[in-house]
Amino acid sequence: MVTIFAPATARGKAGIAVVRLSGPESHGAVAALCCRLPPMRQASVRRLVWQGIPIDEGIVLLFEAGHSFTGEAMAELHLHGSTAVISATLQALSLQPGLRMAEPGEFTRRALENGRLDLTQVEGLAALIDAETEAQRKQALRVLSGAVGKRANGWRAQLIRAAALLEATIDFADEDVPVDVTPEVLQIIDALLHDLRLEADGAVMAERIRDGFEVAIVGAPNAGKSTLLNALAGREAAITSAIAGTTRDVIEVRMDLAGLPVTLLDTAGLRQTQDEVESLGVLRAVARANSADLRVFLLENGVLPAGLSPCDDDIIVSGKADLPAFGQHGMAVSGLTGQGLDALTQEIGLRLEKRASGAATLTHQRHRAGAMAAVSALEAALFEIRLGSSRVELAAENLRLATRSLDALVGRVDVENLLDEIFSSFCIGK
Amino acid sequence: MRLFHVKHYDVVVIGGGHAGTEAAAASARMGAKTALVTLSQAGIGVMSCNPAIGGLGKGHLVREIDALDGVMAQAADRAGIQFRLLNRKKGPAVQGPRAQIDRKLYRQAIQAALSAQQNLDIVVGEAIDFLRINGRVAGVTLEGGAEIRCHAVVLTAGTFLNGLIHIGDSRKPGGRTGDAPSLRLAARLAELDLGRGRLKTGTPPRLNGTTIDWARVEMQPGDSDPTLFSFLSAGTLVRQVSCGITHTNPLTHEIVRNNLNKSAMYGGHIEGVGPRYCPSIEDKIVRFSEKSEHQVFLEPEGLDDTTVYPNGISTSLPAEVQIAYVRTIRGLENVGILQPGYAIEYDFFDPRGLSPAMEVRAAPGLYFAGQINGTTGYEEAAAQGLAAGLNAAAAALGKEPVHFSRTSSYIGVMLDDLTSRGVTEPYRMFTSRAEFRLSMRADNADQRLTPLGIAAGCVGERRRVAFDQKASALASAREALDSVMLTPHQIMAAGLKQSQDGVRRSAFQLLAFPDVDIAAVEAFCPAFAAFGGDIKDQTAKDALYAQYLGRQSADVAALQRDEGIRIPADIDYCAIAGLSTELRQKLSRHRPADIAKAGKIEGMTPTAVSLVLAFLRRADRRSAAK
Repeated sequence: MVTIFAPATARGKAGIAVVRLSGPESHGAVAALCCRLPPMRQASVRRLVWQGIPIDEGIVLLFEAGHSFTGEAMAELHLHGSTAVISATLQALSLQPGLRMAEPGEFTRRALENGRLDLTQVEGLAALIDAETEAQRKQALRVLSGAVGKRANGWRAQLIRAAALLEATIDFADEDVPVDVTPEVLQIIDALLHDLRLEADGAVMAERIRDGFEVAIVGAPNAGKSTLLNALAGREAAITSAIAGTTRDVIEVRMDLAGLPVTLLDTAGLRQTQDEVESLGVLRAVARANSADLRVFLLENGVLPAGLSPCDDDIIVSGKADLPAFGQHGMAVSGLTGQGLDALTQEIGLRLEKRASGAATLTHQRHRAGAMAAVSALEAALFEIRLGSSRVELAAENLRLATRSLDALVGRVDVENLLDEIFSSFCIGK
Repeated sequence: MRLFHVKHYDVVVIGGGHAGTEAAAASARMGAKTALVTLSQAGIGVMSCNPAIGGLGKGHLVREIDALDGVMAQAADRAGIQFRLLNRKKGPAVQGPRAQIDRKLYRQAIQAALSAQQNLDIVVGEAIDFLRINGRVAGVTLEGGAEIRCHAVVLTAGTFLNGLIHIGDSRKPGGRTGDAPSLRLAARLAELDLGRGRLKTGTPPRLNGTTIDWARVEMQPGDSDPTLFSFLSAGTLVRQVSCGITHTNPLTHEIVRNNLNKSAMYGGHIEGVGPRYCPSIEDKIVRFSEKSEHQVFLEPEGLDDTTVYPNGISTSLPAEVQIAYVRTIRGLENVGILQPGYAIEYDFFDPRGLSPAMEVRAAPGLYFAGQINGTTGYEEAAAQGLAAGLNAAAAALGKEPVHFSRTSSYIGVMLDDLTSRGVTEPYRMFTSRAEFRLSMRADNADQRLTPLGIAAGCVGERRRVAFDQKASALASAREALDSVMLTPHQIMAAGLKQSQDGVRRSAFQLLAFPDVDIAAVEAFCPAFAAFGGDIKDQTAKDALYAQYLGRQSADVAALQRDEGIRIPADIDYCAIAGLSTELRQKLSRHRPADIAKAGKIEGMTPTAVSLVLAFLRRADRRSAAK
């Protein structure tokens, strides 16, 4: 049984974060971080150090098999609630043999397998697991929509192509398949290795961790979006005027909001327009708002803007609360006077924390671990291919391992994907 | 006096093709009193398409059928006239035995095997209806009114259901050329309201071999050291022959292109979906127009049969166009066509309506096997027949169902693919469908499946004894190699490549090195040299993949664990709180047989799987408490 680990607490502004481990290696893995293990079920303060570098000082708690949530040997690390600490801890764990990041719901599944939970308890936990899954889905969507997404889609296509070439020579050996596919396969693997080594080195991750969450302010033209952005940012980041349609492009402001790294987006006002430049701005506004983590809808006279509808967790507020004609419904803000700003900031922070549930760190770690596993599998594939066609099935097996390691980034690759590629490339069939 | 005609059997198998014969034989081997109902005694074991058995993936299936004491492998060995091991130069996991088969000898071998089989009767007649008792299928009615009562019926109707044959723009109902379609049975099945689809397949024109200029075509002999199908066969039994290889050319392509509008497939007469891996010559020329030639294999249909099967040019063009394009091919300039090629369309039933034991969920007691489930190929049909026959007999005799896991057999991969994913084109086996391909080799099919067969009760004494001897020899050979530990220095001293990593390796691990052969290992381990060649070969193959198998074992264990958690057919998904309406509907529709299948349903979340699991656990505890 593999030992699994994952953060057990939601990410965000909190004093303490808990990382859980379950499985036969869990105590050994903790020992590798803190040297001296405390007695079972006795909370003890330990300094956590990995490869000579201190990570944090926290509380270590061990449970023996048969006396834990999952029924297996378990450990809990109670750490300071900072992204950097959690990230470093998860990475230190993922580098140890026999350990891997838990799948969503895996702790619960193990508890269930070992008869530690009944249905009512599972139902209670269901919402928690779903939240984690949902956060990951959202995160995946975000990853797949940007520049990283384009690259991941490219990897997927290349992995399918390389596997299809190898499989075609295996499964259709007695047919009209071009004899030597090796040069193309080698070329594809070389290119993939180059990209994935960058990913595994963490260069790409660091960039994404810096990006943080995106919050888009949307509304009709002249609803006061830019004024609100400037007020939240505390500086004149966007030009404001009384003329509707002043903001054409998406304006980004990075800031710390309720303790979370947030990129605020000011977007063009949503309306039908004949102006070519403005209509491009509207299209861009809708696209960015859709891929953002959260949208703040600014109502004008209690009316939602056309062309975009709010999702469940989005915030809807009335703007220009300073104007005398204003009728108060729900939350109201004024970028001009600062009225309602604190409440809005707090609300954004609450919703992001709820949404995040530790997903960002978790997903990044998962991607990085996947990239590392894929790199070693691809290196093994290269080795086998160079030994000649007598070991082509071993090369194919390594390629399959690499593809599976990248599941979380590129999506599942099925045998049907390979067959599609094979049948569209080669005239198979006697 | 109709009552006079009522007979009783445990299992009735309808159809004498590859699925039907294997199903009937398997059921009888299990000890179930079995009847095989066929339209004609002479039609039993007929090969209706190409005269070959085996190949990549398919050869694995034949070996697995043999491991369970089925009939196909031994019949093919008796009737084989050219044996070739495909992928001979690649690794053992992807090598597949294949043979050209003498049609007549094969038919005779199958018929002899069935008539020698105890507990099995052949009944000539047409099954036109099912008897249903208490909601179960419990017998069949034959044309003329006779009834046969039984516990389970295996239907292997092949392409006979609503079959429609196309040659150019002419068409006629039929199963295969010369046979009547089963229209009445089709109407009866329609009442079951099962999901169905339509597929097509094509055949090439059959050529008169005496009119082929064999001197103008390349000849391909079989392997000098033939690899047979059955673990019990010792050698070939009849004269071996060569196949011819020739090619189409631009003139051939021009004729086909100019007549595309007359092709049934391109004239819009066919609605069924054809296989992508077996395109007609029309398809090849349209889709791969840049290719100036396509390979054509000239396969003899038998030793004393002059018919030649030109593999690679199946077609639904009119007969006069067929003769025109065939005669442009080198060696075929004066060829005579004995029977024009044709395309056939037929109905299949969505195999997602079957349990993993091949039983129709909507009609308990009825089992489907073969092309009726949307597959193509003799081997795929026979393997399903075997599985359905074993399970029908097990049900009739009150035994546990026989489960094939996708972690240990190609049969398991196929049954799982069919029953959980369904088909969109005729399903054919490929080695790439098996994610645990490295451990599922043709050469170890007996190691993987014969113990299962012995436990189920379908393996005869002769095979059991042979298997036990081989298994113990393999274990001793492995033990001998494991007991010899070598330092890098010792390995290098023998002239082998090895890094000075200080790690001691066993002789078994050494055998996995790319440049180490059996002779080199024997120098370190003289005990190994004493074993027979086949035992040494198989041990070397085990060694080659050992490190990969270690890596896969966690995946295998996880999948087997999930396959092992069965979901009762009558589970009420509405009773599980917390499941979304969408998932509830999907689960109710697909009725997954186990947790592994449930997890594969699109949109299933880890939570939903946990909820189903927890529900099953509670149901278990309740029934245990009672």
